Amino acid sequence: MSNIMTAENLCLWYGNTQALKSVNIEIPEKSITALIGPSGCGKSTFLKTLNRMNDLIPGVKITGDVSYNGTNIFDPSVDVNELRRDVGMVFQKPNPFPMSIYDNIAYGPRTHGIKNKAKLDDIVEKALRDAAIWDEVKDRLKKNALGLSGGQQQRLCIARALAVKPKVLLMDEPTSALDPISTSRIEELALQLKDEYTIIIVTHNMQQSVRISDNTAFFLLGELVEWGNTERLFSQPNDKRTEDYITGRFG
Amino acid sequence: MLTQKISKKRRAYITVMRTLMLISALATAALVLFLVIYVFAKGLPNITWELLSTKPSYLQNRIGILPDILNTVYIVLATLLIVIPLGVGAAIYLTEYASNKKVVGIIEYAAETLSGIPSIIYGLVGMLFFCQFLNMKTSLLAGALTLVIMNLPTVMRTTQESLKTVPQSYREGAFGLGAGKWRVIRTVVLPGCVDGVITGCILSVGRILGESAALLFTAGFAHALNGVIEGLTSPGATLTVALYVYAKEQGEFGVSFSIAAILMILTILINLSATLVSRYFNKRRKL
Repeated sequence: MSNIMTAENLCLWYGNTQALKSVNIEIPEKSITALIGPSGCGKSTFLKTLNRMNDLIPGVKITGDVSYNGTNIFDPSVDVNELRRDVGMVFQKPNPFPMSIYDNIAYGPRTHGIKNKAKLDDIVEKALRDAAIWDEVKDRLKKNALGLSGGQQQRLCIARALAVKPKVLLMDEPTSALDPISTSRIEELALQLKDEYTIIIVTHNMQQSVRISDNTAFFLLGELVEWGNTERLFSQPNDKRTEDYITGRFG
Repeated sequence: MLTQKISKKRRAYITVMRTLMLISALATAALVLFLVIYVFAKGLPNITWELLSTKPSYLQNRIGILPDILNTVYIVLATLLIVIPLGVGAAIYLTEYASNKKVVGIIEYAAETLSGIPSIIYGLVGMLFFCQFLNMKTSLLAGALTLVIMNLPTVMRTTQESLKTVPQSYREGAFGLGAGKWRVIRTVVLPGCVDGVITGCILSVGRILGESAALLFTAGFAHALNGVIEGLTSPGATLTVALYVYAKEQGEFGVSFSIAAILMILTILINLSATLVSRYFNKRRKL
Protein backbone atom coordinates (compact mmCIF):
# COMPACT_ATOMS: atom_id res chain seq x y z
CA MET A 1 0.00 0.00 0.00
CA SER A 2 1.45 3.36 -0.94
CA ASN A 3 1.35 6.40 1.25
CA ILE A 4 -0.95 9.18 0.12
CA MET A 5 0.18 11.71 2.73
CA THR A 6 3.33 12.04 4.79
CA ALA A 7 4.47 14.57 7.37
CA GLU A 8 8.14 15.21 8.05
CA ASN A 9 9.44 17.19 11.00
CA LEU A 10 6.17 19.10 11.11
CA CYS A 11 6.17 21.81 13.79
CA LEU A 12 3.40 24.31 14.36
CA TRP A 13 3.15 27.34 16.61
CA TYR A 14 0.11 29.37 17.62
CA GLY A 15 1.88 32.62 18.40
CA ASN A 16 4.52 31.54 20.92
CA THR A 17 2.94 28.24 21.93
CA GLN A 18 4.21 25.21 20.13
CA ALA A 19 1.28 22.96 19.30
CA LEU A 20 3.05 20.35 17.20
CA LYS A 21 6.58 19.12 17.85
CA SER A 22 8.35 17.53 14.93
CA VAL A 23 5.64 15.16 13.80
CA ASN A 24 6.61 12.37 11.40
CA ILE A 25 3.91 10.09 10.05
CA GLU A 26 2.85 8.25 6.93
CA ILE A 27 -0.78 7.80 5.92
CA PRO A 28 -1.39 4.71 3.74
CA GLU A 29 -3.89 5.02 0.94
CA LYS A 30 -7.43 3.62 1.34
CA SER A 31 -7.15 2.97 5.03
CA ILE A 32 -8.45 4.53 8.20
CA THR A 33 -5.95 6.25 10.43
CA ALA A 34 -7.17 7.28 13.88
CA LEU A 35 -5.57 10.09 15.83
CA ILE A 36 -6.00 9.68 19.56
CA GLY A 37 -4.78 11.52 22.63
CA PRO A 38 -6.00 13.70 25.47
CA SER A 39 -7.59 17.12 24.85
CA GLY A 40 -5.19 19.76 23.66
CA CYS A 41 -2.59 17.24 22.50
CA GLY A 42 -2.47 18.60 18.96
CA LYS A 43 -4.40 15.91 17.12
CA SER A 44 -7.02 18.31 15.73
CA THR A 45 -4.31 20.84 14.93
CA PHE A 46 -2.43 18.17 13.01
CA LEU A 47 -5.59 17.18 11.15
CA LYS A 48 -6.30 20.77 10.16
CA THR A 49 -2.75 21.17 8.90
CA LEU A 50 -3.32 18.43 6.34
CA ASN A 51 -5.70 20.55 4.27
CA ARG A 52 -4.29 23.86 5.47
CA MET A 53 -7.40 24.90 7.37
CA ASN A 54 -4.98 26.42 9.86
CA ASP A 55 -4.35 29.14 7.28
CA LEU A 56 -7.58 30.71 8.52
CA ILE A 57 -6.20 31.24 12.02
CA PRO A 58 -4.05 34.34 12.42
CA GLY A 59 -0.61 33.91 13.97
CA VAL A 60 0.05 30.32 12.93
CA LYS A 61 3.60 29.42 11.98
CA ILE A 62 4.52 26.11 10.40
CA THR A 63 7.89 24.46 9.67
CA GLY A 64 8.58 21.06 8.16
CA ASP A 65 6.87 19.31 5.31
CA VAL A 66 3.56 17.70 4.58
CA SER A 67 3.33 16.05 1.24
CA TYR A 68 0.25 14.90 -0.57
CA ASN A 69 0.91 12.52 -3.48
CA GLY A 70 4.51 13.67 -3.44
CA THR A 71 3.79 17.41 -3.54
CA ASN A 72 4.66 19.63 -0.60
CA ILE A 73 1.35 21.25 0.33
CA PHE A 74 3.05 24.37 1.70
CA ASP A 75 4.73 25.09 -1.62
CA PRO A 76 3.71 28.59 -2.80
CA SER A 77 2.64 27.17 -6.15
CA VAL A 78 0.02 24.94 -4.52
CA ASP A 79 -3.56 26.12 -5.01
CA VAL A 80 -5.01 25.69 -1.53
CA ASN A 81 -8.55 25.43 -2.94
CA GLU A 82 -7.49 22.49 -5.10
CA LEU A 83 -5.79 20.89 -2.10
CA ARG A 84 -8.98 21.18 -0.06
CA ARG A 85 -10.94 19.69 -2.90
CA ASP A 86 -8.72 16.59 -2.76
CA VAL A 87 -8.42 16.58 1.02
CA GLY A 88 -11.96 17.10 2.28
CA MET A 89 -13.05 17.69 5.82
CA VAL A 90 -15.90 16.80 8.17
CA PHE A 91 -16.10 18.89 11.31
CA GLN A 92 -16.79 18.10 14.93
CA LYS A 93 -20.14 19.85 14.98
CA PRO A 94 -22.37 19.20 11.97
CA ASN A 95 -22.28 22.43 9.96
CA PRO A 96 -24.70 22.23 7.05
CA PHE A 97 -25.24 25.53 5.28
CA PRO A 98 -28.61 27.18 5.87
CA MET A 99 -29.90 26.13 2.45
CA SER A 100 -31.67 23.12 0.97
CA ILE A 101 -30.28 19.61 1.26
CA TYR A 102 -29.70 19.59 -2.49
CA ASP A 103 -27.88 22.90 -2.50
CA ASN A 104 -25.70 21.79 0.39
CA ILE A 105 -24.46 18.78 -1.56
CA ALA A 106 -24.20 20.70 -4.83
CA TYR A 107 -22.19 23.49 -3.19
CA GLY A 108 -18.83 21.82 -3.71
CA PRO A 109 -19.36 20.67 -7.30
CA ARG A 110 -20.77 24.09 -8.19
CA THR A 111 -17.73 25.70 -6.61
CA HIS A 112 -15.58 23.68 -8.97
CA GLY A 113 -17.53 24.72 -12.01
CA ILE A 114 -20.16 22.04 -12.58
CA LYS A 115 -23.35 23.73 -13.73
CA ASN A 116 -25.14 21.02 -15.70
CA LYS A 117 -28.36 20.16 -13.89
CA ALA A 118 -28.45 16.48 -14.82
CA LYS A 119 -24.82 16.04 -13.83
CA LEU A 120 -25.42 17.77 -10.50
CA ASP A 121 -28.47 15.58 -9.86
CA ASP A 122 -26.29 12.49 -10.36
CA ILE A 123 -23.54 13.77 -8.10
CA VAL A 124 -26.02 14.70 -5.36
CA GLU A 125 -27.70 11.31 -5.47
CA LYS A 126 -24.42 9.40 -5.49
CA ALA A 127 -22.99 11.45 -2.61
CA LEU A 128 -26.13 10.99 -0.53
CA ARG A 129 -26.17 7.26 -1.26
CA ASP A 130 -22.49 6.93 -0.38
CA ALA A 131 -23.16 8.69 2.90
CA ALA A 132 -26.08 6.31 3.61
CA ILE A 133 -28.64 9.06 3.93
CA TRP A 134 -30.31 8.98 0.51
CA ASP A 135 -33.35 6.99 1.61
CA GLU A 136 -34.03 9.37 4.45
CA VAL A 137 -33.87 12.58 2.44
CA LYS A 138 -34.73 11.68 -1.16
CA ASP A 139 -38.26 13.03 -0.79
CA ARG A 140 -37.21 16.34 0.69
CA LEU A 141 -34.14 17.42 -1.20
CA LYS A 142 -35.53 20.94 -1.51
CA LYS A 143 -36.12 21.29 2.23
CA ASN A 144 -33.75 23.22 4.45
CA ALA A 145 -30.92 21.07 5.75
CA LEU A 146 -31.18 22.59 9.21
CA GLY A 147 -34.43 20.66 9.69
CA LEU A 148 -32.55 17.34 9.85
CA SER A 149 -31.53 15.65 13.09
CA GLY A 150 -27.94 15.99 14.33
CA GLY A 151 -26.93 12.54 13.09
CA GLN A 152 -28.52 13.17 9.70
CA GLN A 153 -26.83 16.55 9.49
CA GLN A 154 -23.46 14.95 10.08
CA ARG A 155 -24.04 12.35 7.37
CA LEU A 156 -25.19 15.19 5.13
CA CYS A 157 -21.89 16.93 5.82
CA ILE A 158 -20.05 13.72 4.92
CA ALA A 159 -22.08 13.55 1.71
CA ARG A 160 -21.26 17.20 1.03
CA ALA A 161 -17.57 16.42 1.44
CA LEU A 162 -17.85 13.33 -0.81
CA ALA A 163 -19.59 15.29 -3.57
CA VAL A 164 -16.33 16.96 -4.61
CA LYS A 165 -14.75 13.50 -4.98
CA PRO A 166 -11.91 13.93 -2.51
CA LYS A 167 -9.09 11.41 -2.18
CA VAL A 168 -8.63 11.95 1.55
CA LEU A 169 -11.36 12.64 4.09
CA LEU A 170 -10.37 14.32 7.33
CA MET A 171 -12.86 13.79 10.16
CA ASP A 172 -12.51 15.87 13.29
CA GLU A 173 -14.32 13.97 16.05
CA PRO A 174 -17.32 13.51 13.77
CA THR A 175 -19.36 11.61 16.33
CA SER A 176 -18.65 13.53 19.51
CA ALA A 177 -21.87 15.52 19.22
CA LEU A 178 -24.03 12.54 18.28
CA ASP A 179 -26.09 9.86 20.03
CA PRO A 180 -24.89 6.19 20.07
CA ILE A 181 -27.09 5.08 17.16
CA SER A 182 -25.95 7.91 14.90
CA THR A 183 -22.39 7.22 16.02
CA SER A 184 -22.51 3.58 14.97
CA ARG A 185 -24.02 4.55 11.61
CA ILE A 186 -21.16 6.94 10.97
CA GLU A 187 -18.64 4.29 12.00
CA GLU A 188 -20.19 1.79 9.59
CA LEU A 189 -20.11 4.45 6.95
CA ALA A 190 -16.41 5.12 7.55
CA LEU A 191 -15.67 1.41 7.13
CA GLN A 192 -17.56 1.35 3.82
CA LEU A 193 -15.88 4.48 2.57
CA LYS A 194 -12.34 3.24 3.02
CA ASP A 195 -12.68 1.11 -0.10
CA GLU A 196 -12.57 4.33 -2.07
CA TYR A 197 -11.19 6.97 0.23
CA THR A 198 -8.38 7.49 2.70
CA ILE A 199 -9.81 8.50 6.05
CA ILE A 200 -8.04 10.24 8.88
CA ILE A 201 -10.21 10.53 11.94
CA VAL A 202 -9.62 12.32 15.22
CA THR A 203 -11.37 10.61 18.08
CA HIS A 204 -11.62 10.91 21.81
CA ASN A 205 -13.02 7.45 21.97
CA MET A 206 -10.44 4.68 22.05
CA GLN A 207 -13.05 2.00 21.42
CA GLN A 208 -13.98 3.83 18.26
CA SER A 209 -10.37 3.81 17.19
CA VAL A 210 -10.15 0.05 17.82
CA ARG A 211 -13.42 -0.61 16.03
CA ILE A 212 -12.74 1.18 12.79
CA SER A 213 -9.11 2.13 12.25
CA ASP A 214 -6.28 0.26 10.56
CA ASN A 215 -3.60 2.51 12.00
CA THR A 216 -3.60 4.59 15.13
CA ALA A 217 -1.43 7.55 16.06
CA PHE A 218 -1.10 8.64 19.67
CA PHE A 219 -0.46 12.33 20.33
CA LEU A 220 0.60 13.80 23.65
CA LEU A 221 1.41 17.48 24.31
CA GLY A 222 2.04 18.19 20.66
CA GLU A 223 4.26 15.21 20.18
CA LEU A 224 3.44 12.15 18.11
CA VAL A 225 4.39 9.53 20.68
CA GLU A 226 3.93 6.52 18.44
CA TRP A 227 1.91 5.30 15.52
CA GLY A 228 1.31 2.05 13.72
CA ASN A 229 -1.08 -0.82 13.26
CA THR A 230 -4.05 -0.35 15.56
CA GLU A 231 -4.13 -3.88 16.91
CA ARG A 232 -0.43 -3.83 17.65
CA LEU A 233 -0.56 -0.37 19.25
CA PHE A 234 -3.34 -1.33 21.60
CA SER A 235 -1.95 -4.77 22.48
CA GLN A 236 1.79 -4.08 22.60
CA PRO A 237 2.48 -0.36 22.77
CA ASN A 238 6.14 0.52 22.34
CA ASP A 239 6.06 3.58 24.53
CA LYS A 240 5.27 3.66 28.24
CA ARG A 241 3.13 6.78 27.78
CA THR A 242 1.00 5.06 25.16
CA GLU A 243 0.46 2.16 27.48
CA ASP A 244 -0.50 4.48 30.33
CA TYR A 245 -2.97 6.32 28.13
CA ILE A 246 -4.69 3.32 26.57
CA THR A 247 -4.99 1.57 29.92
CA GLY A 248 -6.69 4.67 31.24
CA ARG A 249 -4.03 5.89 33.64
CA PHE A 250 -4.46 9.45 32.41
CA GLY A 251 -6.27 11.35 29.71
CA MET B 1 -38.91 30.72 55.99
CA LEU B 2 -41.14 30.48 52.97
CA THR B 3 -44.26 31.18 54.93
CA GLN B 4 -42.78 34.22 56.60
CA LYS B 5 -44.83 37.31 55.71
CA ILE B 6 -43.21 40.11 53.77
CA SER B 7 -42.79 43.03 56.15
CA LYS B 8 -45.12 46.01 55.86
CA LYS B 9 -42.29 48.36 55.10
CA ARG B 10 -41.05 46.17 52.31
CA ARG B 11 -44.54 45.79 50.91
CA ALA B 12 -45.08 49.54 50.87
CA TYR B 13 -41.72 49.98 49.15
CA ILE B 14 -42.69 47.49 46.46
CA THR B 15 -46.02 49.22 45.87
CA VAL B 16 -44.45 52.68 45.61
CA MET B 17 -41.73 51.57 43.23
CA ARG B 18 -44.13 49.65 41.07
CA THR B 19 -46.46 52.63 40.82
CA LEU B 20 -43.59 54.97 39.93
CA MET B 21 -42.45 52.69 37.14
CA LEU B 22 -46.00 52.35 35.86
CA ILE B 23 -46.31 56.13 35.78
CA SER B 24 -43.05 56.47 33.79
CA ALA B 25 -44.22 53.87 31.32
CA LEU B 26 -47.62 55.52 30.94
CA ALA B 27 -46.03 58.96 30.56
CA THR B 28 -43.83 57.69 27.75
CA ALA B 29 -46.72 56.04 25.96
CA ALA B 30 -48.95 59.07 26.51
CA LEU B 31 -46.36 61.43 25.03
CA VAL B 32 -46.01 59.37 21.88
CA LEU B 33 -49.76 59.00 21.60
CA PHE B 34 -50.32 62.71 22.13
CA LEU B 35 -47.77 63.62 19.49
CA VAL B 36 -49.22 61.22 16.93
CA ILE B 37 -52.82 62.25 17.58
CA TYR B 38 -51.99 65.95 17.61
CA VAL B 39 -50.08 65.79 14.33
CA PHE B 40 -52.69 63.61 12.65
CA ALA B 41 -55.56 65.76 13.90
CA LYS B 42 -53.94 68.91 12.60
CA GLY B 43 -52.44 67.42 9.45
CA LEU B 44 -54.75 64.80 8.01
CA PRO B 45 -57.73 67.15 7.33
CA ASN B 46 -55.46 69.36 5.22
CA ILE B 47 -54.24 66.56 2.98
CA THR B 48 -56.04 66.86 -0.32
CA TRP B 49 -55.36 65.35 -3.71
CA GLU B 50 -54.53 68.82 -4.97
CA LEU B 51 -51.87 69.26 -2.29
CA LEU B 52 -50.25 65.95 -3.15
CA SER B 53 -50.39 66.22 -6.92
CA THR B 54 -49.48 69.81 -7.81
CA LYS B 55 -46.65 72.24 -7.48
CA PRO B 56 -47.02 75.52 -5.64
CA SER B 57 -48.19 78.49 -7.70
CA TYR B 58 -48.34 82.09 -6.55
CA LEU B 59 -50.56 83.02 -9.49
CA GLN B 60 -53.25 80.55 -8.53
CA ASN B 61 -52.53 81.03 -4.83
CA ARG B 62 -52.05 77.33 -4.42
CA ILE B 63 -49.64 75.17 -2.45
CA GLY B 64 -48.71 71.70 -3.68
CA ILE B 65 -46.04 69.41 -2.32
CA LEU B 66 -45.53 67.11 -5.30
CA PRO B 67 -42.06 68.59 -6.01
CA ASP B 68 -41.06 68.04 -2.41
CA ILE B 69 -42.27 64.44 -2.51
CA LEU B 70 -40.31 63.81 -5.71
CA ASN B 71 -37.22 65.54 -4.31
CA THR B 72 -37.41 63.29 -1.27
CA VAL B 73 -37.66 60.20 -3.47
CA TYR B 74 -34.70 61.34 -5.60
CA ILE B 75 -32.53 62.08 -2.62
CA VAL B 76 -33.38 58.78 -0.91
CA LEU B 77 -32.61 56.81 -4.07
CA ALA B 78 -29.42 58.68 -4.87
CA THR B 79 -28.15 58.34 -1.32
CA LEU B 80 -28.93 54.62 -1.11
CA LEU B 81 -27.41 53.98 -4.53
CA ILE B 82 -24.08 55.31 -3.27
CA VAL B 83 -24.15 54.44 0.40
CA ILE B 84 -25.12 50.75 0.12
CA PRO B 85 -22.26 49.56 -2.10
CA LEU B 86 -19.81 51.73 -0.20
CA GLY B 87 -20.97 50.76 3.28
CA VAL B 88 -21.50 47.06 2.59
CA GLY B 89 -18.19 46.89 0.72
CA ALA B 90 -16.33 48.54 3.59
CA ALA B 91 -17.99 46.21 6.09
CA ILE B 92 -17.06 43.10 4.09
CA TYR B 93 -13.49 44.27 3.77
CA LEU B 94 -13.12 45.11 7.45
CA THR B 95 -14.74 41.91 8.73
CA GLU B 96 -13.61 39.33 6.21
CA TYR B 97 -10.37 40.52 4.66
CA ALA B 98 -8.56 43.04 6.86
CA SER B 99 -5.89 41.32 8.93
CA ASN B 100 -4.64 44.30 10.93
CA LYS B 101 -7.06 44.33 13.86
CA LYS B 102 -5.67 47.61 15.16
CA VAL B 103 -6.53 49.50 11.98
CA VAL B 104 -9.96 47.86 11.92
CA GLY B 105 -10.51 49.01 15.50
CA ILE B 106 -9.55 52.57 14.65
CA ILE B 107 -11.87 52.63 11.63
CA GLU B 108 -14.74 51.22 13.68
CA TYR B 109 -14.14 53.81 16.38
CA ALA B 110 -14.03 56.57 13.78
CA ALA B 111 -17.27 55.34 12.23
CA GLU B 112 -18.98 55.31 15.59
CA THR B 113 -17.80 58.83 16.35
CA LEU B 114 -18.88 59.96 12.91
CA SER B 115 -22.42 58.77 13.52
CA GLY B 116 -22.63 60.85 16.69
CA ILE B 117 -21.77 64.18 15.09
CA PRO B 118 -24.69 66.67 14.88
CA SER B 119 -26.10 66.70 11.39
CA ILE B 120 -25.78 70.45 10.97
CA ILE B 121 -22.01 70.01 10.95
CA TYR B 122 -22.34 67.59 8.05
CA GLY B 123 -24.42 70.27 6.35
CA LEU B 124 -21.79 72.92 6.84
CA VAL B 125 -18.97 70.70 5.61
CA GLY B 126 -21.11 69.42 2.75
CA MET B 127 -21.88 72.96 1.65
CA LEU B 128 -18.24 74.00 1.65
CA PHE B 129 -16.93 70.79 0.09
CA PHE B 130 -19.58 69.63 -2.37
CA CYS B 131 -21.41 72.86 -3.23
CA GLN B 132 -18.45 75.20 -3.34
CA PHE B 133 -15.19 73.27 -3.63
CA LEU B 134 -16.55 70.65 -6.07
CA ASN B 135 -18.74 73.34 -7.61
CA MET B 136 -21.97 71.35 -7.47
CA LYS B 137 -23.86 74.43 -6.35
CA THR B 138 -26.83 73.96 -4.07
CA SER B 139 -28.34 70.78 -5.48
CA LEU B 140 -30.03 67.55 -4.51
CA LEU B 141 -26.87 65.69 -5.52
CA ALA B 142 -24.79 67.71 -3.06
CA GLY B 143 -27.44 66.97 -0.46
CA ALA B 144 -27.42 63.27 -1.28
CA LEU B 145 -23.62 63.10 -1.07
CA THR B 146 -23.73 64.80 2.32
CA LEU B 147 -26.28 62.25 3.47
CA VAL B 148 -24.03 59.48 2.14
CA ILE B 149 -21.29 60.59 4.52
CA MET B 150 -23.81 60.82 7.32
CA ASN B 151 -25.27 57.35 6.75
CA LEU B 152 -22.11 55.53 5.76
CA PRO B 153 -21.16 54.66 9.36
CA THR B 154 -24.64 53.33 10.12
CA VAL B 155 -24.80 51.11 7.05
CA MET B 156 -21.25 49.94 7.58
CA ARG B 157 -21.64 49.15 11.26
CA THR B 158 -24.98 47.34 10.95
CA THR B 159 -23.59 45.27 8.08
CA GLN B 160 -20.46 44.49 10.06
CA GLU B 161 -22.45 43.41 13.07
CA SER B 162 -24.63 41.11 10.98
CA LEU B 163 -21.58 39.67 9.21
CA LYS B 164 -20.22 38.78 12.62
CA THR B 165 -23.37 36.84 13.49
CA VAL B 166 -22.75 34.35 10.65
CA PRO B 167 -21.26 31.29 12.41
CA GLN B 168 -17.60 30.62 11.70
CA SER B 169 -18.53 26.98 11.07
CA TYR B 170 -20.31 27.97 7.83
CA ARG B 171 -17.14 29.62 6.57
CA GLU B 172 -15.03 26.60 7.59
CA GLY B 173 -17.44 24.24 5.87
CA ALA B 174 -17.22 26.17 2.63
CA PHE B 175 -13.45 26.61 2.77
CA GLY B 176 -13.17 22.88 3.49
CA LEU B 177 -14.87 22.17 0.15
CA GLY B 178 -12.27 24.18 -1.69
CA ALA B 179 -14.25 27.39 -2.11
CA GLY B 180 -12.27 30.59 -2.50
CA LYS B 181 -12.67 33.55 -0.19
CA TRP B 182 -14.97 35.59 -2.41
CA ARG B 183 -17.17 32.59 -3.17
CA VAL B 184 -17.52 31.85 0.53
CA ILE B 185 -18.54 35.44 1.19
CA ARG B 186 -20.94 35.63 -1.73
CA THR B 187 -22.68 32.29 -1.31
CA VAL B 188 -22.53 31.57 2.41
CA VAL B 189 -21.75 34.68 4.44
CA LEU B 190 -23.82 37.35 2.69
CA PRO B 191 -27.02 35.26 2.36
CA GLY B 192 -26.69 34.48 6.04
CA CYS B 193 -26.79 38.13 7.04
CA VAL B 194 -28.85 39.75 4.31
CA ASP B 195 -31.60 40.57 6.79
CA GLY B 196 -29.21 42.65 8.86
CA VAL B 197 -28.05 44.51 5.79
CA ILE B 198 -31.60 45.20 4.63
CA THR B 199 -32.69 46.31 8.09
CA GLY B 200 -29.73 48.69 8.25
CA CYS B 201 -30.69 50.14 4.86
CA ILE B 202 -34.33 50.58 5.83
CA LEU B 203 -33.32 52.41 8.99
CA SER B 204 -31.05 54.58 6.85
CA VAL B 205 -34.03 55.48 4.68
CA GLY B 206 -35.74 56.63 7.85
CA ARG B 207 -32.78 58.80 8.74
CA ILE B 208 -32.63 60.28 5.25
CA LEU B 209 -36.35 61.07 5.33
CA GLY B 210 -36.03 62.73 8.69
CA GLU B 211 -32.94 64.80 7.91
CA SER B 212 -33.38 68.53 7.50
CA ALA B 213 -30.45 70.40 9.02
CA ALA B 214 -27.82 68.98 6.66
CA LEU B 215 -30.06 69.56 3.65
CA LEU B 216 -30.85 73.20 4.46
CA PHE B 217 -27.25 74.01 3.55
CA THR B 218 -26.72 71.69 0.66
CA ALA B 219 -29.96 70.93 -1.19
CA GLY B 220 -31.76 74.22 -0.85
CA PHE B 221 -35.42 75.23 -0.72
CA ALA B 222 -36.73 75.16 -4.30
CA HIS B 223 -40.14 73.70 -5.13
CA ALA B 224 -39.63 73.18 -8.86
CA LEU B 225 -41.07 70.08 -10.51
CA ASN B 226 -38.17 68.17 -12.10
CA GLY B 227 -37.28 64.82 -13.59
CA VAL B 228 -34.60 62.69 -11.92
CA ILE B 229 -31.53 63.97 -13.78
CA GLU B 230 -32.60 67.57 -13.79
CA GLY B 231 -33.79 67.23 -10.22
CA LEU B 232 -30.48 65.98 -8.90
CA THR B 233 -28.52 68.83 -10.42
CA SER B 234 -30.86 71.57 -9.29
CA PRO B 235 -31.77 72.76 -5.80
CA GLY B 236 -34.87 71.35 -4.19
CA ALA B 237 -36.55 70.99 -0.82
CA THR B 238 -37.29 67.57 0.61
CA LEU B 239 -40.42 67.05 2.70
CA THR B 240 -38.70 67.92 5.97
CA VAL B 241 -37.14 71.05 4.55
CA ALA B 242 -40.45 72.06 2.98
CA LEU B 243 -42.10 71.57 6.35
CA TYR B 244 -39.64 74.02 7.86
CA VAL B 245 -40.01 76.53 5.04
CA TYR B 246 -43.84 76.49 5.03
CA ALA B 247 -44.08 76.79 8.80
CA LYS B 248 -41.28 79.26 9.47
CA GLU B 249 -41.24 81.48 6.43
CA GLN B 250 -44.75 81.38 5.03
CA GLY B 251 -46.78 80.65 8.16
CA GLU B 252 -48.65 77.86 6.37
CA PHE B 253 -49.09 75.65 9.39
CA GLY B 254 -51.80 73.55 7.79
CA VAL B 255 -49.43 72.51 5.01
CA SER B 256 -46.62 71.89 7.50
CA PHE B 257 -48.81 69.67 9.58
CA SER B 258 -49.94 67.69 6.53
CA ILE B 259 -46.29 67.10 5.66
CA ALA B 260 -45.65 66.13 9.27
CA ALA B 261 -48.50 63.63 9.13
CA ILE B 262 -47.16 62.16 5.89
CA LEU B 263 -43.66 61.85 7.37
CA MET B 264 -45.09 60.25 10.46
CA ILE B 265 -46.95 57.66 8.40
CA LEU B 266 -43.79 56.96 6.40
CA THR B 267 -41.77 56.52 9.59
CA ILE B 268 -44.29 54.03 10.93
CA LEU B 269 -44.25 52.15 7.62
CA ILE B 270 -40.47 52.07 7.57
CA ASN B 271 -40.18 50.71 11.09
CA LEU B 272 -42.87 48.19 10.31
CA SER B 273 -41.12 46.99 7.16
CA ALA B 274 -37.81 46.69 9.02
CA THR B 275 -39.51 44.44 11.55
CA LEU B 276 -41.24 42.43 8.85
CA VAL B 277 -38.05 41.94 6.86
CA SER B 278 -36.11 40.57 9.81
CA ARG B 279 -39.03 38.38 10.82
CA TYR B 280 -39.32 37.02 7.26
CA PHE B 281 -35.64 36.13 7.10
CA ASN B 282 -35.61 34.64 10.56
CA LYS B 283 -38.46 32.37 9.63
CA ARG B 284 -36.84 31.38 6.36
CA ARG B 285 -33.59 30.58 8.13
CA LYS B 286 -35.23 28.31 10.66
CA LEU B 287 -37.01 26.21 8.06
